[in-house]
Amino acid sequence: MLVPSPWRADFPAIATLQRQDQTYLDNAATTQKPQALLDAISHYYANGAANVHRAQHLPGALATQAFEDSRSKVAQWLNAGGSGQIVFTHGATSALNLLAYGLEHLFNAGDEIVVSALEHHANLLPWQQLAKRRAATLVVLPLNDDGVIDLTAAAELIGPRTRLLAVSQLSNVLGAWQPLQTLITTAKAHGALTVVDGAQGIVHGRHDVQALGCDFYVFSSHKLYGPDGVGVLFGRNEALHHLRHWQFGGEMVQQADYHSASFRPAPLGFEAGTPPIAGVIGLGASLDYLSSLDQPAVIAHEAALHEYLLRGLKARKGVRVLGSPQVALVSFVVEGVHNADLAHLLTEQGIAVRAGHHCAMPLLKAMHLSGAIRVSLALYNDSDDLERFFEALDQALDMLR
Amino acid sequence: MSLPVEAVAALEAFQAVGSWEQRARMLMQWGERLPALPAEDKVDANLVQGCESLVWLVGQLHDSHWQFAASSEARMIRGLVALLLARVNGLSAAELQAVDLPDWFNQLGLSRQLSPSRSNGLNAVLQRMRALSLIQN
Repeated sequence: MLVPSPWRADFPAIATLQRQDQTYLDNAATTQKPQALLDAISHYYANGAANVHRAQHLPGALATQAFEDSRSKVAQWLNAGGSGQIVFTHGATSALNLLAYGLEHLFNAGDEIVVSALEHHANLLPWQQLAKRRAATLVVLPLNDDGVIDLTAAAELIGPRTRLLAVSQLSNVLGAWQPLQTLITTAKAHGALTVVDGAQGIVHGRHDVQALGCDFYVFSSHKLYGPDGVGVLFGRNEALHHLRHWQFGGEMVQQADYHSASFRPAPLGFEAGTPPIAGVIGLGASLDYLSSLDQPAVIAHEAALHEYLLRGLKARKGVRVLGSPQVALVSFVVEGVHNADLAHLLTEQGIAVRAGHHCAMPLLKAMHLSGAIRVSLALYNDSDDLERFFEALDQALDMLR
Repeated sequence: MSLPVEAVAALEAFQAVGSWEQRARMLMQWGERLPALPAEDKVDANLVQGCESLVWLVGQLHDSHWQFAASSEARMIRGLVALLLARVNGLSAAELQAVDLPDWFNQLGLSRQLSPSRSNGLNAVLQRMRALSLIQN
């Protein structure tokens, strides 16, 4: 095999899927889980579940310890150091909504919120709706032909009225890294808060929130080989002071009377209700697993696979790749073939890819496309997976043309 | 309730296929046989929401029998819609209410096309058809 994955056997679901003749190439939607995660969740439930931060008994102390250990592991993964706090939410979408509601008081009529043209709905709609609530203006940064935010335009559009910049690190459709450093510096120079949607970016390489200099960084566990139902919000200490409490109840409260209450600071103050305890513990186990891997080898493997995918697609007649994807995924359309038909025939052949608008309807509309097929990679994929995909693609195109 | 002639033909054809390729090719053939929808019917009001591709559906009662027409830009969904119309066209209002459409696709070996995770739009087409039949009932 040209590009084998040394980590494939660490993910039990891959073998199961293979026995069902399924080739999983929809990793930008969610990833399969390492055995280490299954063991951690099973251990937690088998050895005594308990609620966190509220019980003095032993199971409660152990659960709280494991839960807080995960918080440290996430902080370490992001190199947060003492610069900020890690808040657990129920997903990346939840985290972005927490920001859009918790920061709402900062916005007045005429203020500007800046996003980019490639945002996933999760990093577009909370800001769009916030703008509507506060009569603020949503400014959309345009892209260049490579699918990267146009920095010349951004320099014009980010200005003294900008209160907040919210951009993706890596596009879930175009697979292009975005020039965060420049955008964040520009926004900060105008006194704006900065939010990075790291849902895709976090999965590829290691990122340092202190080096990035953003105020908030958001990602979801399930795309990073962790359990679903868990999101992460990193907030810089200075920026967290602006964040008002949003959801109420549970251990986020300090003192409560019938008619008034006071609340804890971050992180607990933003973790209303019982958090996803098992999921957070599972995420910790996934991070332990990922930390144990040879990181340069993972990056090299993903780059080799991506190159293989891109070359194979470009070699096929009529295939048009969207943008200039750099890592992780490739979205494409085929001339004269409807993406829904192609998706149908790939599904028939056991190829699990994503078709449609990829939760970025405005981007697809701007590209005058009704949809596209997206192939997205994970560290357990190998070149045989891609060969099966190419074979199925050729067969499908043969039938459709 | 006896099956419409077209439905009998569809059933015979689809129950005879052995491979996914044959089934897919047959779907495309049925889609190609679907009569073209007049341009004046291809308007937003007739668009079925919730499909990956554009699907238009219109339906009217003629002499108390349903007559639906549809079109799509994608070939597989066009085939699925053709098979749907083969089953329902000509039915009375009461017959249309009674017909078990998921079972129909099951008999054709196409039940997976109706699974909730499928976004091809067949489910949306069925719902739209139900809504149309209730309005005019």
